[in-house]
This record gives sequence, structure tokens and C-alpha cells, in this order.
Amino acid sequence: MLDVIDLKKNFDDQTVLDGINIHINKGDIVVVTGPSGSGKSTFLRCLNCMEDPDGGQIIFNGVDIADMKVDINVHRRHMGMVFQHFNLFNNKTVLQNISLAPIYVRTKDKNDKTPKKEIIAEENVKALELLERIGLQDKAGMYPVTLSGGQKQRVAIVRALAMNPDMILFDEPTSALDPEMVGEVLDLMKELAKEGMTMVIVTHEMGFAKEVANRVIFIDEGIIKEDAPPKEFFENPKDPRLKEFLSKVLM
Amino acid sequence: MGNFQLKINQFVEIVMHQGGMNQILEGLKNTVIIAVSGLIIGIIIGILIATVRVVPKYKLLPRILNGFCTFYVSLFRGTPMVVQLLVFYYVLLPIIGVKLTGVQVSILVFGLNSGAYISEMMRAGIQSVDPGQMEAGRAVGLSFATTMRMIVIPQAIKNILPTLGNEFIQLIKETSVVSFVGASDLYVAFNYIGSNSYEFMVPYLAMAIIYIVLVLLITLGIRIMEKQLRKSDKRN
Ligand SMILES: Nc1ncnc2c1ncn2[C@@H]1O[C@H](COP(=O)(O)OP(=O)(O)OP(=O)(O)O)[C@@H](O)[C@H]1O
Ligand SMILES: [Mg+2]
Repeated sequence: MLDVIDLKKNFDDQTVLDGINIHINKGDIVVVTGPSGSGKSTFLRCLNCMEDPDGGQIIFNGVDIADMKVDINVHRRHMGMVFQHFNLFNNKTVLQNISLAPIYVRTKDKNDKTPKKEIIAEENVKALELLERIGLQDKAGMYPVTLSGGQKQRVAIVRALAMNPDMILFDEPTSALDPEMVGEVLDLMKELAKEGMTMVIVTHEMGFAKEVANRVIFIDEGIIKEDAPPKEFFENPKDPRLKEFLSKVLM
Repeated sequence: MGNFQLKINQFVEIVMHQGGMNQILEGLKNTVIIAVSGLIIGIIIGILIATVRVVPKYKLLPRILNGFCTFYVSLFRGTPMVVQLLVFYYVLLPIIGVKLTGVQVSILVFGLNSGAYISEMMRAGIQSVDPGQMEAGRAVGLSFATTMRMIVIPQAIKNILPTLGNEFIQLIKETSVVSFVGASDLYVAFNYIGSNSYEFMVPYLAMAIIYIVLVLLITLGIRIMEKQLRKSDKRN
């Protein structure tokens, strides 16, 4: 599904990613760990080219999306992204947040002959179903400011789902939440995992990694130092820097 | 005081029975048309320029456009409106052989002029919108331009609405110079009334009052609009 080959990224004269190689299969739940500033976010943001890679390839469904000649917007529609700070559209209602992109994409799609009115109606129904799924249907007409952090993040997750993506990228989805709201967001992510969604998740929630991930990777000094199933990753780490890292985070 | 009463009577007489009213209405109409059209053109130009200014500049085209916009903005902010009107009406348009009425030229110049000012406000407005909004738009596969149009600019406009209101008031006030290019505005109307009676005290007082009322009405309108737009900030 996703093949990352020798991915490189610099900021000015600082090398952040120095040759990342990873193959992500359909249904993989990959948790990304690493020290602060090691480039976890940069890695994730390169996967959908929010940051343009300086070298290497990102083969997504057979297309190298790191190539500047591809229409990146088309490919991003198949790769959702969930942010630490939710980034819901402030000027749109909760429902519109979810249906806006699907409506836009379908009305611009020349193969979709459905009249615009019907597209809007259909996508709003779908959006409402997604809201029902997370129990927020009564918030449909409200603006994002009226939601709690946990609610915002769950809406952000179903906003990504609304595009029927092949995979979803998460950058510390629970780091900005009050502790009592972390659970509801992780539960939703677990549900997606069970349904077979392919996910790449940067998180410090090691419990979640152990329970849900099938692979945990450790990024350090610009490369992937360890890539193993959670049991092996936590109980039998090979890389010395990972051992040191785990001794700190698992205290 | 009896003298003042006499002046008022004279003024009312000209307004009601000697075509003064038509002049005033015509002037009021032109003043509003020039200011409103100027504002609309200005907002469109302002949004375009501000967008050019915030576009990432790795490529050549955005850089060239940006250079042009910088030039345009400094030109229009660096010269008085009257000078711009005169240059357009008596220099530029004759050279390129286009004939426009005084009102048309005024609309054009007011639009170009306020475009320069509004672009700066709009840029500040766009920069005040959380970059996460653009990121989220791009992440769901919307283009830079679409995200700008649907997500960022509406929020930017909301942020700068008070300044935009000030710009509109500024435009209303500046219409008082369009008679330089032969457009009949409020000044022309009241000047006509004054000339007919050789008495300018009451006409100019009335003119001042009309300007004040206009400005107050606009201020009120902006308040109402702001309230509407603030809905997305409030818990409801
Ligand atoms: N837009 C940018 N411009 C310049 N430097 C950047 C930029 N984004 C990230 N960096 C630098 O790249 C390095 C990696 O940053 P990144 O955010 O990817 O790390 P991270 O592993 O996600 O860290 P954290 O755990 O703190 O989120 C850091 O040194 C950071 O300062
Ligand atoms: Mg990060």
C-alpha cells in the first residue's frame, strides 16, 4: 500500500530525515515513537507531502507522490490526516466540517453526473451517519468552538473517514487533550483499527501501542532504528538508543 | 437668530422648490455608488493581492506577481486620492483613448485605491488565521486556492471586519473630492444650493449632517454584520 524508499528531509542545513525506508501493508497499525525532535512529525507529514521530501520516493498505491509532477490533492484524498490540535474548520458547522471536502470533490468530478443538490444531500446524510457513530449528531449544526477537545478530535477523525481513505495518519492525536478525554479518542481509533483501517500513529500512548499496533517503529538520528511487533519492541529491544528511550518513557 | 431663521427658510425654499432636492439626491446617490462600488472592487483586488502575498514563493510566477503587487500597493498608498483621480481622468484615460464619465472614473480609482489599502488589511487578516486551518484543508485534498477561498479568507474577513468598516467610512468621506473630475456628489449639490442663494452656512451645515448620518448608519450596519459573523465564535 505504501512504500517509503530512502526518504530524506532537511530544514535549512539541519538533516531531519536521513534515509527512511518502510513498507506499510494494508491493515497495518504502525505506531511511531522516538525522542522529541527526532522527526516523527516530519516523517508523518512527508507521507502525504504536507512537507515536500528532499529525496527518496513515497509510493502510494503504485504512484510516487513525492514526484512534484503528480497532482498531490488527488492522492491526499485517499490518505486522511488527524492533527494534534484538531484543526476543525472554524467557519463551518460540525456537519459541514465533515461533508465539505466530499461535496467539493464530487461536484468537481466530471464522472459523477449526480446533480449538485443530490450530492450535497447525500454527503450530508453520510456526514450525519458519521456523527451518529460518534454520538454527536445533536452537534451537527453547531460550530467547532462549542465542542470539547475530545469531541473536536473525534469529529476530526470522522472528517478524515468521510473521504473513504485507504489510510489515516495521526500526529499525537491525544497530546492536546485533557486526560479525561484521551480515552474516548483512543477508543474510536481502536474501533477503526478493528475495522481494518491502515493507520500510522505518532503517539506517546505506549499502552495503546502495545494493545492496538501490529508494528512499532523507533525513529532516531533520521532513520528507523527499530521496526518490530509491539511485544518484541517493548520486551526485547535491540537498538541501544531505543533501550535507553524505553527506560525513560516506561518508568 | 432671526437672520439664521431667514437662511434656513431660504435653504428650504431652494431644496423644495428650485431643484435642490434633486441635486442632493443625485449627489447622495453618486456618493454611495462610488463608495460602495469602490469598496467591492477594493475587496476583490485586496483579496487577490493578499493571496499572492501569502502564496509560498519557490516558483518564478508568484515572485513576479508579488513584485508587481508591491509596486501597485506602494503607488496607490503613496499618492493622494485627488492626484490619482486627476491623473486617471486627465492623463491616463485620454492617452489610451477611453472615455469615462466622472462617476465611472471615480469608481475605478476608488476601487484601485482601496484595493491597495485592503490588500494590506487582508494580508494581516490571513496571517491571523491559524495555519492549521490551511493544513487541514490541504490534508483533505483541497487545493491551496480552494482552501483559501472556502476556509481561510472567510475567517480573515471576519477578523478584519472592523478595519474594513473603517475603510468604507474613509471612502464615503473621500467621495467629497470627486467633483475634481466632474462627478456630482454631495459637495456639488450643496455648493449649487449655496451659489443660488449666495449663502453657504446652512447648505454646508446640512452637508456635514448628511455625512455624519451616513457614517453612523454604516457603523451600525457593521455592528450588525459583526454580530452575525461572530456566531461561529459563540456557544449556542
Ligand atoms: N517547518 C520547520 N522549519 C524548520 N525546522 C523544522 C520545521 N519543522 C520541524 N523542524 C525541525 O525538525 C526537527 C524534527 O521536528 P519534528 O517536529 O518532526 O520532531 P518530532 O519528533 O515530531 O518532535 P516532537 O516529539 O517534539 O513532536 C526539529 O529539530 C525541528 O526543530
Ligand atoms: Mg511532533
